[in-house]
Amino acid sequence: MPSANSLRAAFWRGARDAAPFIIVVVPFGALFGVVGTEAGLDLWQVMGFSFLVIAGASQFAALQLMTENAPAFVAVASALAVNLRMAMYSASLAPHLGAAPIWKRALIAYLTVDQTYALAVQRYEDAPKAPLAEKVAFFFGACLPIVPLWYLASLAGILAGSAIPADWGLDFIVPITFLALVAPGLRTMAHVAAALAAITLALLAAGLPWNLGLLVGGLGGMIVGAEVERRMTRAGTFQ
Amino acid sequence: MNFTDAEIWGIIAALGAGTFLIRFSFLGLIGDRPLPEWLLRHLRYTPVAILPALVAPLVVWPEATGGQLDPTRLGAAGVTITVGYILKSPLWAIVSGIAAFLALGALV
Repeated sequence: MPSANSLRAAFWRGARDAAPFIIVVVPFGALFGVVGTEAGLDLWQVMGFSFLVIAGASQFAALQLMTENAPAFVAVASALAVNLRMAMYSASLAPHLGAAPIWKRALIAYLTVDQTYALAVQRYEDAPKAPLAEKVAFFFGACLPIVPLWYLASLAGILAGSAIPADWGLDFIVPITFLALVAPGLRTMAHVAAALAAITLALLAAGLPWNLGLLVGGLGGMIVGAEVERRMTRAGTFQ
Repeated sequence: MNFTDAEIWGIIAALGAGTFLIRFSFLGLIGDRPLPEWLLRHLRYTPVAILPALVAPLVVWPEATGGQLDPTRLGAAGVTITVGYILKSPLWAIVSGIAAFLALGALV
């Protein structure tokens, strides 16, 4: 059984490791507050997104489709598609945290965002033998600088957004944000192929009703990326 | 946006619940059984596929220009991708993209 001291150390180590991400989380959360307010959501609705979803990219995706007046189920399905990667996060956390009590696993699931996941998995791979309670403490520590600031930054963005005039060309901030999230992730030829296939298919299928071109492009891109990876792995040229 | 308050809250609740279930899936329900490799391989490419598919029509046919190809928006998109790819930093990519959008908008 780890001591209270070692748990406290693990928690604060998580918090310290996560601190640099503040400079990413705060502007992004504030941006969602601004853009959500400009799109016509009220304070509680924007906060509802940031509190119940805590996944910036999918929040922006839902917002974009809502401003295009896509059907509600298309907005939800497309935003959920953006979050499918988190099934992979969940799967890779499970071997480390799967033995924790169910309420802790539920809380961890709620708090699983790109940054907390990346920090936790890296830590668990560095110290795989650490006791479960320390792994859990590290995870919650890593959430400390990220999640509360995500809520607060959204709120600050809402307050700023109601002071910004609507004709500032903010329509293009959402596309820029998405491109900025994707570009650093283009690590291999398989990633590049997935993105190019997704773009091509989405443009070709743009005429489909209900913004379904997005799902066609997205799923097509995933299949192409996975297939390129499989072939490169077989040829021994992947990574 | 033509949604009623109830519809907006419905979207928020459905997205929140669905996202939670995705995050909880393996951690909570399936436990530590390993995922099939083919599924993991597809999930790896969700961000780099779904987000470009969402953005592509917005860059090529922006609503603000009535669907006309717009050099300002194309240029800003190009700068964002280039900076993000080279510096591996979403934050600098956003800052450069917005700066390029404003600068090109002032020039054109």
